[in-house]
Amino acid sequence: MTNLEKSMHTLSIYVANKPGVLARIAQVFARRGFNIESLVVSPAVDGSFSRMTISCSGKVEGLDQIIKQLSKLIDVLHCIDHTYDKSVMKEMGLIKISVDCEGRSEALQIAEHYGCKTVDLTAESMILQVVGNPAKIDALEEMISKFKIVEFVRTGKVVMSRGQEMT
Amino acid sequence: MTNKVIEGGQAVIRCLENEGVEYIFGYSGGAAIPIFDALITTETKIKFVLVRHEQGAVHMADGYARATGKPAVVLVTSGPGATNTLTGLLTAHMDSVPMIVLTGQSVSWMLGKDAFQEADIFGITMPVVKHSYLVKETNDIPRIVREAFHISTTGRPGPVLIDIPKNISAGPCTADLHAEMDLPGYTINTGVDNDTILEIAEALSKSKRPLILAGHGAMISGADASLKALVEKAQIPVTNTLLGKGVFPETHALALGMLGMHGTAYANKAICECDLLLNIGSRFDDRILGKPDVFCKDATIIHIDIDAAEIGKMIQPQIACIADAKMAIDALIEHVPALDTREWRKKLDGYKVKYPLKFKRQGGLKMQHIIDEFYKLSKGEACVATDVGQHQMWAAQFYKNDSRYNWLSSGGAGTMGFGLPACIGAAFARPDDLHVCFVGDGGFQMTFFELATAALHKLPIKIVVLNNHYLGMVRQWQELFYEGRTSGVDLEGNPDFVKLAESFGIKGFNLRRPGDVKRVLQNALDYKDGPCLINCEVEKTDNVFPMIPAGAAVEEMLIDPPTRKLEKPTGST
Repeated sequence: MTNLEKSMHTLSIYVANKPGVLARIAQVFARRGFNIESLVVSPAVDGSFSRMTISCSGKVEGLDQIIKQLSKLIDVLHCIDHTYDKSVMKEMGLIKISVDCEGRSEALQIAEHYGCKTVDLTAESMILQVVGNPAKIDALEEMISKFKIVEFVRTGKVVMSRGQEMT
Repeated sequence: MTNKVIEGGQAVIRCLENEGVEYIFGYSGGAAIPIFDALITTETKIKFVLVRHEQGAVHMADGYARATGKPAVVLVTSGPGATNTLTGLLTAHMDSVPMIVLTGQSVSWMLGKDAFQEADIFGITMPVVKHSYLVKETNDIPRIVREAFHISTTGRPGPVLIDIPKNISAGPCTADLHAEMDLPGYTINTGVDNDTILEIAEALSKSKRPLILAGHGAMISGADASLKALVEKAQIPVTNTLLGKGVFPETHALALGMLGMHGTAYANKAICECDLLLNIGSRFDDRILGKPDVFCKDATIIHIDIDAAEIGKMIQPQIACIADAKMAIDALIEHVPALDTREWRKKLDGYKVKYPLKFKRQGGLKMQHIIDEFYKLSKGEACVATDVGQHQMWAAQFYKNDSRYNWLSSGGAGTMGFGLPACIGAAFARPDDLHVCFVGDGGFQMTFFELATAALHKLPIKIVVLNNHYLGMVRQWQELFYEGRTSGVDLEGNPDFVKLAESFGIKGFNLRRPGDVKRVLQNALDYKDGPCLINCEVEKTDNVFPMIPAGAAVEEMLIDPPTRKLEKPTGST
């Protein structure tokens, strides 16, 4: 399957903060064979609404239908595809690596290059906190993989439109 | 003003009353007792109909809604009572039928703890409802009922489920029964974009061979009179979908009848040869398209639909108009000139003469013969319910509908067992009209227990069981595409349907010979003492034509039985 047929998309969905909303949204994806890669849900400024950022992969021609079906859900106020716009997209990752004092300075050098914070340090391990666009986190993962990665947790993308435009 | 404290169940009934509900179809059970009790303790004009199975209740509400355009209410208990509504919810959801289903539920604090008769009906039904609620506060009942009716009946209609835990329906309700809705995410298209209308009018005025495809959306929006005015002004031929039967008179000179898999040859030929297709409220179902990528490929396609998600779902139109069908047509009429379609109509009239709907009058008793005769004897004025299968397609072909609300058939879901309860629901709604249910011996046995409901209420329904002792449509496919290997279709062991009817106190007739069709049907029509059943012992192995094999292009339509071996169909079912 080529990239054109199947690609990653980032949607932001503004929903009423009610029980069952997430299940309904997940069902729209599942029914059409789209895989949700990451999902971030948090209350909006107005607490009666929530904001979801969903990264998903699947055939491009199905996405238009997914957005329409999501928009149709009673509790969804709007759904926007940010894949091709210039929105701010950020993600946070925590990487725990196995490293002793011998490798520590090199690990810290890599961490510094990627603007990481060291949030936990023991004689045998450290946890790095990285914030940035997903590609940056991918790159850090690759560089740091010369050490043994014990655990790697990513929050998933959050997205926000620039300037006066609303997400 | 302080409200007198009432129970949640009483609030439910009073809110339903406020919504103008006439009938509740249902089946009682433990978790729903407070609501059933409220039917007695609340002063109400709502009539409750006790069915024999929850599936019957949902299809009755469905039939009621299709026959009136108004929603009916279903009331059942939790667990299996609730899950038995699933097929009916799917049926209504697929065909955009308004309906409110109230389910009892275990007490709130037992949710998720496998209480007796607990089922997560809110979760189970999510894909087959327009929306659903699990009520958490008794005081939310008025708002939720109001919202449920609003959602169910506006825009593209559909079923809404309200799951009410027993402590909620038994708890005190102090809320104002005329509650405000809170639906910030629900907007309905109420306007028509004028530029789009002008664009459509422009395209129509350039067209030499225009064709209107009228679907259920046109019916739901009440566009029948507007459509007729448009068609007669612009002289555009009309074909209709299965659920669009009656939105434009099928006996009109410009009508081509139903299109699609078992549609008329002339409607399908019109699809192949038109240069413009104006789809008003049809979702381009796969039974119509055959092969989507070649469907009307040389024609300009215009799609009017209230549901934005239908635009481009199956077919990408050149012009899309997201609007209510009636409003769009009303806006369009003044901009569309009278078109010169004489040549086009002459051609289509030629097809009507050359490829009429037909059946052999010789040989055994045929379903087509019975339906055709019933059509004539009832002057085309009956409210027709069908089940699903061969008889459904023949009923669509031979029972012409000239007005809306007179065709009740499960289109999208293809639900066997739908016909009888739907017919009963329609008869409750319109007791003074003639109601007929064409049903096969297979589907009839799925919900025949509702004969009790029909008998008890002495409903004026004629149940025509077209009995070929087979699941005929599947057998037809096996004959045509699977080298005649019949599998799982022989309904041996059918009961004597006349005796069965009589055991419910329902008059039964047997019809075995072609020569008796008119006499027996007339006797059935003359029977006025409640429902009657006509068991028709029809030919076992007749096949429905014309036929477009699933997934094949409309051009590949088989007008007559094929003489060559056919490939297995590529399309869905």
